[in-house]
Amino acid sequence: MNKQAKTSDDELTKLEYRVIVNMIPDASSVLDLGCGDGKLLYLLVQNRHVKGRGVEVDEDAIYECVSRGLSVSHQDIDGGLSEYGDNSFDYVILNQTLQQVKNLERVLEEAVRVGRKVIIGFPNFAYFSSRLQMIFKGKAPVTLSLPYMWYDTPNLHFLSINDFYYYCHKKKLKIEKSVFLDNNRIVKLFPNFFAEVGIFVISAELT
Amino acid sequence: MTVNTIESSKSIGIVQTQYFTLNEELILESGEKLFPVTLAYETYGALNTTKSNAILVLHALSGDAHAAGFHEGDKNPGWWDDMIGPGKAFDTNKYFIICSNVIGGCKGSTGPSSINPQTNKPYGLDFPAVTIKDMVNAQSGLVKHLGIEKLLAVAGGSMGGMQALEWAVSFPGRVSAAIVIASTFGHSPQQIAFNEVGRQAIMSDPDWNDGNYYSKGLSPVRGLSLARMIGHITYMSDVSMSEKFGRRIKDIEQKTRFSPDFEVGGYLQYKGDNFVKRFDANSYLYITKALDLFDLTNGSSPGDAFKVARDVKFLIMAFKSDWLYPAYQSKDIVKACKLSNIDVTYCELNSTYGHDAFLIEIEGESSLVGHFLRRVSHE
Repeated sequence: MNKQAKTSDDELTKLEYRVIVNMIPDASSVLDLGCGDGKLLYLLVQNRHVKGRGVEVDEDAIYECVSRGLSVSHQDIDGGLSEYGDNSFDYVILNQTLQQVKNLERVLEEAVRVGRKVIIGFPNFAYFSSRLQMIFKGKAPVTLSLPYMWYDTPNLHFLSINDFYYYCHKKKLKIEKSVFLDNNRIVKLFPNFFAEVGIFVISAELT
Repeated sequence: MTVNTIESSKSIGIVQTQYFTLNEELILESGEKLFPVTLAYETYGALNTTKSNAILVLHALSGDAHAAGFHEGDKNPGWWDDMIGPGKAFDTNKYFIICSNVIGGCKGSTGPSSINPQTNKPYGLDFPAVTIKDMVNAQSGLVKHLGIEKLLAVAGGSMGGMQALEWAVSFPGRVSAAIVIASTFGHSPQQIAFNEVGRQAIMSDPDWNDGNYYSKGLSPVRGLSLARMIGHITYMSDVSMSEKFGRRIKDIEQKTRFSPDFEVGGYLQYKGDNFVKRFDANSYLYITKALDLFDLTNGSSPGDAFKVARDVKFLIMAFKSDWLYPAYQSKDIVKACKLSNIDVTYCELNSTYGHDAFLIEIEGESSLVGHFLRRVSHE
């Protein structure tokens, strides 16, 4: 997805990438949906020797991916993932992507079908700074993880960490792991209040 | 576009077309045999000692073996000179580039205007039907002759892309990577329709004479010119025509009621008139037929068709304004590759130049091709 406005060089993003790299075992196969400029996928290829594939909708980002030696496809994931077989990847990554797709539920269903596990990272709308901006300034929040003005944002969905828990429960998605981040540190306590970003590893619950 | 001059440090300089004759008959897909078979080709750069840096470049419908550099005395370089040369995407400092003409053509390779050894006259319509696969099979002989067991890459746009796909599927063990630009694994009815009109234009010219015109000093120039004019419409886009011509009127000295006084009409006529000087009408019939008959899936599913090429790495490119080979056809190739778990990279370049973009959008193409080749040559 279009992540031009959010640079991939800030501390929070670097921490996101470190956390995700640590979630993925060596030599896994990885499909990064909305891989942007390919920095995360490149880290995974370098450090985890993954078989990496990217999908990205922005043409300029495709050039950057290819210049990093990545195998990437210029495609809108809202159109579905019908060309990928069931469980054809060990991991599907939706990092800072899900909140920007139109057909969120369909994309998520497809990700869970294609990947044995799915890593989802998203900005937490219930972060305390967002809450304070809403209450005291009465304005749409702007934070590190939600850096856009209301009139110029690629984000279509605004969800909190708690929202995501409820959603997974409702859709019978198994949460295998979760990590919460605030700027340059990991948050353990009251993540729905203190974390800017939630990163989850989920899979289809065996029924 | 960059201006290419022979003095430019990025030009490969003076080049010459070479000729190779297969030492046995070529058995065509139709079952017919063709002998002798000669291919015109050019090479740029040097083959390394391990013979692992060879790239075969494949041309489109009206192209030839002269892809880069200058022929002695020529002002204009080869048709893909922007892409092939020292420091360019197909970097002749690193890679050994081969460009081969196709059989059925009229640019030095065996085709309908060649002499039929049985009659000592030009073949005309006695020339057997050739397919994209036949073209590739002939090139396979050339590549063997050059001592290359495995090509680093095969690359081409439009019909060149079809040959690249055919190479990957017919000889997956002899190709590491395939670069396929503005192409398809099977012509759509619309593409066939345009070619049909082109062929009918040629065949309706009385000077075509059932393909038997070589000895008469005549050739179906009106028909071939018209076919080329239709072709050129399909190579451009609404936007590129508007930008290039608008509704401008040009001066015509001896004006008749229906002179092509719009600039766009004059341009098409100029293109048509030039084309007949350099292309054989029968070749146009044979090659467009080969394009229309091309179907890599052969009735199976696209995913199955690509399975044999699972170890080939693909770079697929399409152009947003290309309505002759629309991006969906490239996406279908990408989808077929993914279904076969093939390493495929795809980009749809935002260009207004229509199908011609593959010869024009050098910056984007160079970036993608250059980095892709660097990756596959290191793996």
